[in-house]
Amino acid sequence: MLTRRALLQCGACALAAAAAPPRFLARVAGAAEARGKVLVAVFQRGAVDGLSMVVPHGDAAYTGARPSIALARPRRGDTATALDLDGFFALHPALAPLLPLWESRALAIVPACGSPDTTRSHFDAQDYMESGTPGVKSTPDGWLGRVAAGLPSERATPFRSVALATQLPRSLRGDAGALALRSLDRFEVRTPTPSAQTQRGFESLYGDGVRDLLHGTGRETFEAMKMLRSAGATKLTPANGADYPRGRLGESLRQIAQLVRADVGLRIAFTDMDGWDTHVAQGAEQGQLANRLRDFGAALSAFARDLGDRMADVVVLTMSEFGRAVAENGNRGTDHGHATAMLVLGGGVRGGRLYGRWPGLAPEQLFEGRDLAVTTDFRALFHEVATRHLAVPAAAPLFPGWQPGGSPLGLLG
Amino acid sequence: MVDFWFNHFNVFANKGEVRWYVTAYERDVIRPHALGRFPDLLRATARHPAMLYYLDNWLSVRPGFVRRGGPDQGRRAGLNENYARELMELHTLGVDGGYTQRDVTEVARAFTGWTIDRPREQARYVFRPAAHDFGNKRVLGRVISVGGERDGEQVLDLLAAHPATARFIAGKLTRRFVNDQPPPALVERVAAAYRDTGGDIRAMLRVIFAAPEFRAADTAGAKIKKPSEFVASAARALGASADARGATALARAAAEIGEGLYEATPPTGHPDRAEAWVNPGALLARMNFALSLTGGRLPGVRADVEALVAGADRRQPQAVLDRLLAELLHGRASEQTRTVLTAQLGLPEITRLTPDDRGPADTDVAKLAALVLGSPEFQRR
Repeated sequence: MLTRRALLQCGACALAAAAAPPRFLARVAGAAEARGKVLVAVFQRGAVDGLSMVVPHGDAAYTGARPSIALARPRRGDTATALDLDGFFALHPALAPLLPLWESRALAIVPACGSPDTTRSHFDAQDYMESGTPGVKSTPDGWLGRVAAGLPSERATPFRSVALATQLPRSLRGDAGALALRSLDRFEVRTPTPSAQTQRGFESLYGDGVRDLLHGTGRETFEAMKMLRSAGATKLTPANGADYPRGRLGESLRQIAQLVRADVGLRIAFTDMDGWDTHVAQGAEQGQLANRLRDFGAALSAFARDLGDRMADVVVLTMSEFGRAVAENGNRGTDHGHATAMLVLGGGVRGGRLYGRWPGLAPEQLFEGRDLAVTTDFRALFHEVATRHLAVPAAAPLFPGWQPGGSPLGLLG
Repeated sequence: MVDFWFNHFNVFANKGEVRWYVTAYERDVIRPHALGRFPDLLRATARHPAMLYYLDNWLSVRPGFVRRGGPDQGRRAGLNENYARELMELHTLGVDGGYTQRDVTEVARAFTGWTIDRPREQARYVFRPAAHDFGNKRVLGRVISVGGERDGEQVLDLLAAHPATARFIAGKLTRRFVNDQPPPALVERVAAAYRDTGGDIRAMLRVIFAAPEFRAADTAGAKIKKPSEFVASAARALGASADARGATALARAAAEIGEGLYEATPPTGHPDRAEAWVNPGALLARMNFALSLTGGRLPGVRADVEALVAGADRRQPQAVLDRLLAELLHGRASEQTRTVLTAQLGLPEITRLTPDDRGPADTDVAKLAALVLGSPEFQRR
């Protein structure tokens, strides 16, 4: 039977020679990095309508562009309509659980954020946002993978980068390695009677020598499984009365919170939620989009509540590949657009404020005559969050072909 | 090929009415054309309610059209670009196929009026002239001026005959059958077969299967089985049979490993690359499936692992293992796998001893078979 030390040693040889397999072993080599800063990225796949998430009710062109799906102006004391933020913008009423975070200045909003690339293809735009290289498809790794590579490696664990997903998202790809798993609870070898031998049997099949994707992943699997078990992460129940909504995002964030609280060395977490591609019957205060937003807001708010003081170490960044056309389409929905709203929430965030210039919704202000223009390049936002919050060196090449220019947004203290 | 083309022309079962159309779509559209001609397949998908609904074209009407009935009665409706865009990006030309936003809008205009008759009852394709935009369209530099249902048909003809489509389809087929990184020279030959035969799928496959690249030593085992292939191949290797309940259990297992039946949400379908399927959570799910399958714990699935080793002396664990490796891995077991599994034979969980500890009495074939199914070699195609 291989000992853990032998495993590490043979892994270290593999590490020196191989390019393809996950390089988890460099991360295993040290003790768990306790209480580090954590970045949680939440991808709203399908292009969320930022104009409904953060409603620009003060823009004179807003209501006219959307006869059946515009939200009514906020009314003081009325929680069924949009919730005013600053006299110009308002939160969708389904996002009410986020309002206290805004009021306590833990939530910042970038209302017109997006990519300089003009594609309106979900596939391309997600790929560009996740690779961090708009317009360039050949980029082999993802932006969070590069962020991970910029973190000090000596105290890293197999849980440094984790995606709560069945497939490793593009964002986390890269030489630094990352775990993808759908559920912490099911992350074990399951036999009718507990069988350490069966587990070790599988483990040894992947244990030795061969340096390829399969074997590297196999070794990583068992290392992570052991660590998860000894940390007791899955036994942690939500704290502070946090009530996660059912559904995938709630489940994912609940488990990310378990990893944070179990101190298994989590630094970067990724999860996503779909159902934002509202071409038809989008709805306004109520309806299809409102239902998605309700889940979204409740999950984020439960996460912040669950972590309590620990939220001081955590920043959540939400993103979506693009926004939706300003005018509603022929089916009471919206077609693919350009800029959308992104949220930053957590410790160290200078919240209660909106960041970036509002480009306006008047016809002459629109991008290509139809969409909200991008005034904040998503790379500027992501770069600032990664370098300020995770203290990745500002010079790290997080976004090849792009340099942070001008003054930073200043949304992290 | 049914799986390949369903994935190429993906629809998502959990989008509204698609749930009721999806099996008919597979049976009536994908299956009959899976080894036919690509243009026919393309045309069949364009008219099926599953596709019309999934990519919203059934709702796309000429700008200014006023609905005369239904919940939106009296409302002005208009274009929906969803199908037009995915038709070019994912079904035919590919994302680099050289179309513009303007082409997307024009193609959407061409398909106005292609809709579903009584979507909750008969759900048949119908062309409604009143909703159609009869104006001229300009698609990829060609003017389309016939007007009516022929507009959409002309767009389909144009796209099916486009060289970018030949390249795109050839690339995807080659990735499926040869390698995650399809050899460009082979892709070019397959594309040529498409162009020469007007998109004959058999002709393209012949080029692939006869290619030296297909027979090259490094092509064997180059592809990692996708979850449905893994589940199916494990069940077949064990000679398992499944009733309706068992089929559901197997489909659920594939979903657990990452590939839910009819459950790919985006129009891109499931990816066809190893990195998409190989990760700790999924690998573990494969091992757990192997344990459930050989342990007889999947409801409705009967897998007789004992039959695999019939005739082998159960008191000779090495003979049992050799038989399993021959049956399940067909001589592809690496030295490492052989060594590891042989070492397992010494464990009391695998080899049960006689009551007086004198020697091996029986071998836990199920557990041993699970280990073989969970081995790296069995994950490869």
